[in-house]
Amino acid sequence: MRHFFRKKSSCQVAKDRLKILLISDRVNCSPEIMELIKADIAKVISKYMKIDTGNMDIQVQAKGSKGARTKHPVLYANIPILDLHAK
Amino acid sequence: MENESKQHSCEVIVVTSGKGGVGKTTTSANVGTGLAKQGKKVCLIDTDIGLRNLDVVMGLENRIVYNLVDVIEGNCRVKQALIRDKRHQGLYLMPSAQTRDKSAVTPGQMIKVIEHLREQFDYIILDCPAGIEQGFQNAIAGADRALVVTTPEVSAIRDADRIVGLLEANGFKKMDLIINRLRMDMVKRGDMMSASDVVDILAVPLIGIVPDDESVVISTNQGEPLVGSDSPAGMAYGNIVQRVLGKEVPYMNFERGISFWTKVSGIFHKA
Repeated sequence: MRHFFRKKSSCQVAKDRLKILLISDRVNCSPEIMELIKADIAKVISKYMKIDTGNMDIQVQAKGSKGARTKHPVLYANIPILDLHAK
Repeated sequence: MENESKQHSCEVIVVTSGKGGVGKTTTSANVGTGLAKQGKKVCLIDTDIGLRNLDVVMGLENRIVYNLVDVIEGNCRVKQALIRDKRHQGLYLMPSAQTRDKSAVTPGQMIKVIEHLREQFDYIILDCPAGIEQGFQNAIAGADRALVVTTPEVSAIRDADRIVGLLEANGFKKMDLIINRLRMDMVKRGDMMSASDVVDILAVPLIGIVPDDESVVISTNQGEPLVGSDSPAGMAYGNIVQRVLGKEVPYMNFERGISFWTKVSGIFHKA
């Protein structure tokens, strides 16, 4: 019964942490830089529409199959729009 | 790194990991000894200048006269620094210097020593120091392929990933992963990443899984590598040796059945 209420296994926690960590390690891009990029993107987009800056998500991902070491990572941005036409 | 001069076929293998204490030296000693037991002529080189260890793991610490730095500085001939392991035919060790630091050697000098040794050996195994500084650069400079050692821990995997990136940047095309100190009981409980988890994350072909085994400590105490013994780690190292030689060997039973095997066989393919 106890198992039903248990949190994620420590193995799963390790995998999740590593996946995020290695993406930034591989592109040689610190979390601080990512924050700066995120702020700049938010600033630019905000000129044209109203966005939810608190919930936007920006990551560098490896393109292609899962786990493959590709030479071309992609910058992935998920920006929730609150109002398309707001100035 | 590519090396053109290959009249006699010799493979130079660097054993590296980034993080310290994951089993580079143990792996070097066992793979080297295992290859010698298979009738190959093997030279082990300890490239960890200032912190030499391979000599004690091999049980040859009392026979050191000259070392790698002596060779490089011209204090002796290459042959004089090679210690012959009397227990295994064809097995030699070139120890590192204990009283010097990494700056005593440059990558160019390492390449020169290795080129000299290539003619006399089938395999040259370089035991790389921890870290990514000059010692690492020296160790990888003359190598044809790499064995990247990691344990199923976050810190070791992170460092291994960094090493793989650096090896790629240095033109390495052939590198294989050894997962050391795996504990199946913890994997089953969900408290340790499995071998397939680690392979998934690092995306490097697997060449061996070594279970956590007390007999490794015992063999280090005695200065006799355990490769080929019937302990779990001894058998695992024996299998790694076969795979280094290019043979296909099924993975031992301490990993889960089919799901694991299919995952590994997808990634692990002979070049």
